[in-house]
Amino acid sequence: METVMTIVAGTLFTSGVYLILSKTLLRIVMGLSLFTHGVHIMLMSINGLKRGAAPLLDEEAASYTDPVPQALILTSIVISFSLTAFSLVLAYRTYKEHGTDDVEQLRGQEHE
Amino acid sequence: MNNIVVLPLFIPLFFGAFLFFIRHRLRLQQWIAGAAALASLGASLVLIGQIAEDGIQVLHMGGWEAPYGIPLVADMLAAILAAVASIVTFACLLFTFHFIGDERKSHFVYPLMLILLSGVNGSFLTGDIFNLFVFFEVMLLSSYVLLSLGGSRVQLRETIKYMIINIVASSLFVIAIAYLYSITGTLNIAHIAERVLESGQDGLTTTVSLLLLTVFGLKAGLFLFYWLPGSYSAPPAPVAALFAALLTKVGVYAIIRMFTLVFTQQPQITHNVILVLAALTMILGAIGAIAYWRIKQILAYNVIISIGFILFGVGVATETGLTGSVYYLVHDMIAKALIFILGGAIVAIAGTDKLREISGLIRYRPILGWLFFLSALALAGVPPLSGFIGKLLILQGGIQANHYVLAAVSLLTSLMVLYSVIKIFINSFWGETLLSEGEQKSSGRGTLLPSFLLAALVIALGIGAGSFMPYVEQAVEPLVNPQIYIDAVLY
Repeated sequence: METVMTIVAGTLFTSGVYLILSKTLLRIVMGLSLFTHGVHIMLMSINGLKRGAAPLLDEEAASYTDPVPQALILTSIVISFSLTAFSLVLAYRTYKEHGTDDVEQLRGQEHE
Repeated sequence: MNNIVVLPLFIPLFFGAFLFFIRHRLRLQQWIAGAAALASLGASLVLIGQIAEDGIQVLHMGGWEAPYGIPLVADMLAAILAAVASIVTFACLLFTFHFIGDERKSHFVYPLMLILLSGVNGSFLTGDIFNLFVFFEVMLLSSYVLLSLGGSRVQLRETIKYMIINIVASSLFVIAIAYLYSITGTLNIAHIAERVLESGQDGLTTTVSLLLLTVFGLKAGLFLFYWLPGSYSAPPAPVAALFAALLTKVGVYAIIRMFTLVFTQQPQITHNVILVLAALTMILGAIGAIAYWRIKQILAYNVIISIGFILFGVGVATETGLTGSVYYLVHDMIAKALIFILGGAIVAIAGTDKLREISGLIRYRPILGWLFFLSALALAGVPPLSGFIGKLLILQGGIQANHYVLAAVSLLTSLMVLYSVIKIFINSFWGETLLSEGEQKSSGRGTLLPSFLLAALVIALGIGAGSFMPYVEQAVEPLVNPQIYIDAVLY
């Protein structure tokens, strides 16, 4: 099962990077979102997926999967959720102000 | 166990959250924000006193002993940096009182600045690597909002770039944490250090360390600084001063912490990479600082140069080099805030940041002019001021370790720094006065108080170096001998 999840994470990384490198703002935001989800899945599968029951501290604790990565993912998901929300708003506002969602048009150093 | 350790990050966070509820009472917001920064400074100073007496202070949150819980660890380095961050934030808050408009003030500038301070202090004080990531995000999220607040075209454009770079960097950070966790089985930095020390630093660990260096390098502006000049020149001057003083320094602190505590066994790879990157950063930063004729750009490139310089001392990793780095880090946080505040005031008074269009400001603004001259000398490291001792020690460390080329590069870039800031001084203050009193775009009111505060600190750190030095030496002890840090946290 870990192998499958690793492949899933790899696919998410690939498509995330592809989207980040494209020129439309919305695609870039989606790419960032996919990229962070790839990270989460990698983090989860790197220490093993669920085995046995819930990891409560008793005599059989050793046979369960380490719960720490899952706690980390939860934190990371919340952060990436808020970041995605903010970047969507920011991308929309930028589109309204600049009249374009093409990052090629957002180049330059001019400070009007 | 010492509950004071949590205060430098809790006070700004609590009052920052509270200020959201009194959005339209601007004067009250100003008072509370200033008081919170001062309270955070007070807590850090108490902490410094306790560390000087009893050594490293640790707080195991919720009573969960390390390595199971999340500890906050205040060693001397973290406490000093938290104190300086609080002072700088206080100065920037003073600067905002007159400098920015009521509309911006009522759109949560003060709560965001306090939460930024909370994230910065948290990053300094945490003893857990995932917690470090969380505090980075606290800091970055408030910086995204501060950067884009106001919604001008330039700000939006630069925020997009800044945010994309930082989200990718944060994702890489989580990847590095995941690998580190699967190698060592722990997230507590001291525990990681102990396990790496026991099992040796193999190829995989070194690879992870380079990934971490990439992440912190992106945040600090070490070589991967291409986002920095644009985004630091977009926001209003008080926010830019806060960013220049604090944000990159957190990345530098993280590099210092990880590469003196955890990844110490393969210096021929990791520390040499840091040295090469530091040299490239200094050279490219110097080229940028000389090439531009815009105040904001020149100052932004000066931020980059100093990052390279501090990390030169870290890469050398001898006691002298590290002492210099820590001293210069403290100096640089204060001096960068000072020069960004003064630069922002010049731009506001002249109404442009193009040097060729500004001239003869000294006639109406003599105090501003001489303060700028003072901070220019401080940045370049001229003797009685605070930059000198740090520079001297870093160079001494570098030459003792036979890094002659790097020492030459850093001396040369110091000259370039002096040239670039004096260029601003000569062009904007000397020459024929173009603007009459009435034509000035802004009075620049409220600049002098925070500037005097910071300038006094720059002078005090230079002249009073003798009484400040014992603290820096105590800060460097755990960097040179990681066992002190490990013992304090785990046993």
